[in-house]
Amino acid sequence: MGPTTGEPRKVRGYAEVSHETGSELLEQVLGQRARVSARLDTIGAVIAVASGKGGVGKSAVTANLAVSLARRGASVGVVDADLNGPSLGRMLGLRGSKLVDGSEGVVPPAGADGVLGMSSELLLKEDAPLRWKGPDSDRFIWQGVTEAAMLREFLSDVVWGELDYLLVDVPPGTDKIGRFLDLVPTPAGVLVVTIPSEVALSVVSRSVASLREAGVESIGIVGNMSGYSSPDAEHPLPLFSGDGIRRLTESTGLELWAEIPFDPGMGSRTDRGDPPGASDDSVFGRAFQALADRVEQGFGGREVAP
Amino acid sequence: MKFLCLACDEVMAFAERQLPGDGTLTAVFTCPDCKREMALLTNPMETQMITSLGVEIGGRTVPQQPMQQTRMGLESPLEDAFEAPPTPPAADGPVTWSVEATERLENVPRFVRGMVKRIYAEYAMEREIREITPEIMDRARSDLGLEGM
Ligand SMILES: Nc1ncnc2c1ncn2[C@@H]1O[C@H](COP(=O)(O)OP(=O)(O)OP(=O)(O)O)[C@@H](O)[C@H]1O
Ligand SMILES: [Mg+2]
Ligand SMILES: [Zn+2]
Repeated sequence: MGPTTGEPRKVRGYAEVSHETGSELLEQVLGQRARVSARLDTIGAVIAVASGKGGVGKSAVTANLAVSLARRGASVGVVDADLNGPSLGRMLGLRGSKLVDGSEGVVPPAGADGVLGMSSELLLKEDAPLRWKGPDSDRFIWQGVTEAAMLREFLSDVVWGELDYLLVDVPPGTDKIGRFLDLVPTPAGVLVVTIPSEVALSVVSRSVASLREAGVESIGIVGNMSGYSSPDAEHPLPLFSGDGIRRLTESTGLELWAEIPFDPGMGSRTDRGDPPGASDDSVFGRAFQALADRVEQGFGGREVAP
Repeated sequence: MKFLCLACDEVMAFAERQLPGDGTLTAVFTCPDCKREMALLTNPMETQMITSLGVEIGGRTVPQQPMQQTRMGLESPLEDAFEAPPTPPAADGPVTWSVEATERLENVPRFVRGMVKRIYAEYAMEREIREITPEIMDRARSDLGLEGM
């Protein structure tokens, strides 16, 4: 219908009326973001541990670094952003621990060396996949949005308190790094974990590029499974034929912050919820010593005593 | 999303939300001038979009509770993942629960019970209600649009 002659009818558009009652949906989304930054305000350094590549030891590095920092007296929290393939509940010995409905939010349990942790492992029945209620037909369309909301709640609704470091174990996939940066646009730094294999090289290079595109400059490379070692070995034996770690640092111009050997004993302790970290003088232990040093200096979560 | 009453050139105000339980949503808006009403109906897919974002059409009736979206949405939750704090939070204030209300709360799945309890307590405190009874719970449910809980 509408007028047939003269001036076309003028209907006020959204922008013209939005000030009248506020834009509720947008305001609610912005409110969610504001709650994340308010909660992270009391944290010295939020550090992501990422790679883009699966199975390179991101979770093991996160757990061992967390206990290494905690043993130096830092207060440390860990967010398991791998919602579908969580492993930090197990690696920090948190399985079976309860969350507490506190007045300020959800109080996380403390695991190995007092490290606080939040993982979807604490919320799901054993072996239950992460699935959401809702119409069956479009399940996968909404999954990404809903998972982003879950991660947001892990950051904003958990009582982290005053921490020196909050480490975030970011799952494989470059898109998952983006999802983290949507919530925490300016982390203190990102540790990019890689292994010597040539296959890892191209995937991890892409992740570094996407981090830089997002404006993240503070990046340290962690070379994992760099040789095979045991507690009494002087030097690690080669494990992969590739030279991907060195080539990654050369092509990106980034520094190698630590080179961690594959040490089966240390791996099984980590998987049992007792990550050894920098506990002894083995090659593995010294590597985490070095990594913790670099994190303290480079990402500055904590006032280091002069 | 807004509705403009063209007759009055006024933005319609959100009045009420209903969740019929079949995945759809009904939101009623009223023109502040001529009082004409209209209802927005969304299908399950559209409703899911809103739920996934953790927002509520017409604005939130109660502040979002800690981990509310995760707790409302998870399909196979670990029932006893959450426990009550050793001493009840000060946020509960002077509100007490009648025996019947306590019994009814016990029927709420454990995974969301602490959160639901907080919502009722906040509702009561805001209205200076001292004791929560099943009647108060019913009133809160319809006032707050908690049909889904
Ligand atoms: N340096 C190491 N020495 C011994 N075991 C290791 C080492 N690094 C990782 N592992 C072990 O290898 C397995 C895979 O590592 P992890 O789960 O940390 O990889 P991830 O990158 O987190 O994998 P995903 O991409 O699936 O999340 C684990 O059992 C872990 O304990
Ligand atoms: Mg992992
Ligand atoms: Zn009107």
